[in-house]
Amino acid sequence: MFGYYFDLALRSLKRNKTLTALMVLAIAVGIGASMTTLTVMRLLSGDPLPGRSQHIFYPQVDPDPANKDSDEPYDELDYHSAVDLWSAKRADRQALVVSSPIKVAAPGSDVPASKLDMLSATADFFPMFGVAFQYGGSWSAEDDARHSRVAVISADLNNKLFGGRDSVGRTLRLRDKDVRIVGVLAPWRPSPLFYEVAGGRFAHGHTDGFYGKPEDVMTPFFTGMDLNDGNFYQFTCWQVPERPGYLKDSPCVWVRLWVELADAGKADDYRRFVASYAAQQMALGRFSHAGNTRMRNLTEWLDYNGVVPSDVRLQTWLAFAFLAICLFNTVGLLLAKFLRRSGEIGVRRALGATRGAVFAQCLVEAGMIGLLGGIAGWLLSLVGLWLVRHQPVAYADMAHLDVSMFAVTFVLAVATSVAAGLLPAARASRVAPALQLKTL
Amino acid sequence: MDIRPILAALRRHRLATLLIALEIALACAVLCNACFLIVSRLDLMKVPSGVDESSLAQLRLDCDGCNESDLNARALSALRTVPGTQAAAVVSSLPFGAPSGYAGITLDPPGQAERHYGTVPHFYAGGPAAAEAIGIRPVQGRRFSSADFQPSDGAWLPLDAPVWITRPLAEHLWPGKNPLGKDFWSDKYHFRVAGILDHLAQPEPGARGVATAQWSIFLPMAPGRQLAGNYVIKAAPADLPRVLRDARAALIRAVPEGVLDLDQSQTLGDLRHRYFRNDRAMAGMLVGVIAALLLVTALGIVGLASFWVAQRRKQIGVRRALGATRSDILRYFQTENFLIVSFGIGLGMVLAFGLNLALMSHYELPRLPLYYLPIGALSLWVLGQLAVLAPALRAAAVPPVVATRSV
Repeated sequence: MFGYYFDLALRSLKRNKTLTALMVLAIAVGIGASMTTLTVMRLLSGDPLPGRSQHIFYPQVDPDPANKDSDEPYDELDYHSAVDLWSAKRADRQALVVSSPIKVAAPGSDVPASKLDMLSATADFFPMFGVAFQYGGSWSAEDDARHSRVAVISADLNNKLFGGRDSVGRTLRLRDKDVRIVGVLAPWRPSPLFYEVAGGRFAHGHTDGFYGKPEDVMTPFFTGMDLNDGNFYQFTCWQVPERPGYLKDSPCVWVRLWVELADAGKADDYRRFVASYAAQQMALGRFSHAGNTRMRNLTEWLDYNGVVPSDVRLQTWLAFAFLAICLFNTVGLLLAKFLRRSGEIGVRRALGATRGAVFAQCLVEAGMIGLLGGIAGWLLSLVGLWLVRHQPVAYADMAHLDVSMFAVTFVLAVATSVAAGLLPAARASRVAPALQLKTL
Repeated sequence: MDIRPILAALRRHRLATLLIALEIALACAVLCNACFLIVSRLDLMKVPSGVDESSLAQLRLDCDGCNESDLNARALSALRTVPGTQAAAVVSSLPFGAPSGYAGITLDPPGQAERHYGTVPHFYAGGPAAAEAIGIRPVQGRRFSSADFQPSDGAWLPLDAPVWITRPLAEHLWPGKNPLGKDFWSDKYHFRVAGILDHLAQPEPGARGVATAQWSIFLPMAPGRQLAGNYVIKAAPADLPRVLRDARAALIRAVPEGVLDLDQSQTLGDLRHRYFRNDRAMAGMLVGVIAALLLVTALGIVGLASFWVAQRRKQIGVRRALGATRSDILRYFQTENFLIVSFGIGLGMVLAFGLNLALMSHYELPRLPLYYLPIGALSLWVLGQLAVLAPALRAAAVPPVVATRSV
């Protein structure tokens, strides 16, 4: 039966090419626009650490004496709180993270020195965030403690400085100190760059900076402190620091701490630990209040920072409004198309076809239009994503249609066109056989 | 023309009529709001920087461990010897460049129990001749004297400094009052308003909301610690690209141990262009959406109108045989389209406002100005009339003899 309907649908589509083309075009344009934005949306709002993110937490305390217990704490930590919480080793894994610009050169390479961002983190950073290595490996906890002059570099920088060869053991010059390369990362592009996310609530939706590339140079946290002291930037300060850039004892927040906690019980324990730390600091007189500590998990932290840029969300809404318009259009055209064949439907009904059969046949035809629209829409979304890749945005290089979105394109196209066909098909199946035969 | 018969006929096609009207309504809502979004972006992109943009370029040099005074002296003398340079000065940052200092200010001195919090403006610090070089002068108040150029306290700015502030910032801090001579503080730093500027945009205008784009403060400071490494050069607009290229080379020669920040060492025109590239891309995308939207809507009208014409061939023939002229038939279809589109527009205006309310709450947009509605309505009427023209002409071409045929 389906084969027969399929054949009928094909014939019907061929009979009125203009109307068919109009419908396919309408579906295609709607699908193309919504799939483009949906792909970008999925790229930007996805989980950067699938399977792990619920175990990753971001503790916050509030050292600002001017704040009250009812305020949100700052988005980053002051050096002392961060190092205290880290040194307590109360989590399964924990990483201090800070980034700063530094002059990087490779002795023996003809690439000139450049200013790059350096990530300084403690050793757990790599296993905690599942970062893979191409050559070598990460530094150890002893390297952290010994302030070892070692570094890990990105695949990009390794390509640039060493032509992609195994550079483990080579020397890198950071500012004016030599460090030994111990590892080269495999290409790594988390989306968003989650461990750098902070301050999103002040960004007024201009958050595409969160989707930039990871730092090219990584050093142990305390080594980074030694190498680049004087060049650190604060997230914010509640007093102007005595020596700008030297932030260890400053009234500023500028360091982040990420912890991994395997289950809800451990998370609750850690929450209590953070609260008791704040209370203890208040007793010591370093904090003026202890009530506003927070610990969000990774997903909650990204939500809190509203990481998806407002432009992208706006584009998605627009695209779906557009799809709705295309859908109305298709409903109207399908109605015209089916009712124009009232005579033919009347004959079929008179010859014994049930209403259900007419209805099914109409839906098969609508589905075929959807399939054709899906193919054209898929091509249009490839064009759309090509356009996105040529936009001056930080996430441009990541905009590609993957297999699942390819499948979604066709499912969405067929589903919308069948939905659009429901009403016209119902109308067509109600055509009274006798009335139509009379006019023939 | 009597519209009653048209309404009666439309009543027999309620579903199709409703569908077109709904399509028009949605199109109207999206069209009005998309146009409004485009205009808001274009307005933002036109934000006046307050400086003499077309003849300025910025150069930024990182020199770790350099002596700041020595660095400034070497850099400025190198920049001033570049042929075509009309002026060169040290300035902490420039509009559309990297920001140098946002800081919260209070209107009362530190130590007061109840402090009146002002806002978070951007602080520009400029060396001698910087204001002249970038082309800002107070419209009220005084110019800076050489005694005003004090060194920083080592951490940020001079502890006590005269400043120029922009009129929008003054109006925010002291609404309706004369801001000249007023005091404000940031941490322990004390400032007194010496002059009012019409415009001086923040380095990232609009990044903290459109209203704050001009919330800037400019103060004189002696070059040295906290004011080094960022330079502005002025040249005739036609010469500027060449002068900038030569200036970059001269700077690298004069300070070989430094690293020139190429990203920031650009003409102000290029910096502005780059700053607004997202907004430009978004505006372009919205224009594309509008074009596609109008196209799809028009195609829908063409399709349905063609169907109606085909369905009513016989009736049209009868009317023609009874004496209706071609223009009567043409006018019939155009009036019919006008009625449907008007119905859609009526619905669309309500939708447009609903959509705008949703956008306002989610994207901090201002309210949709009322004049967008008639513009949107007019464009949809024109679109509808144009789209129905071809089917209507085909209808008008139906010969009266059709009335005598059986089908």
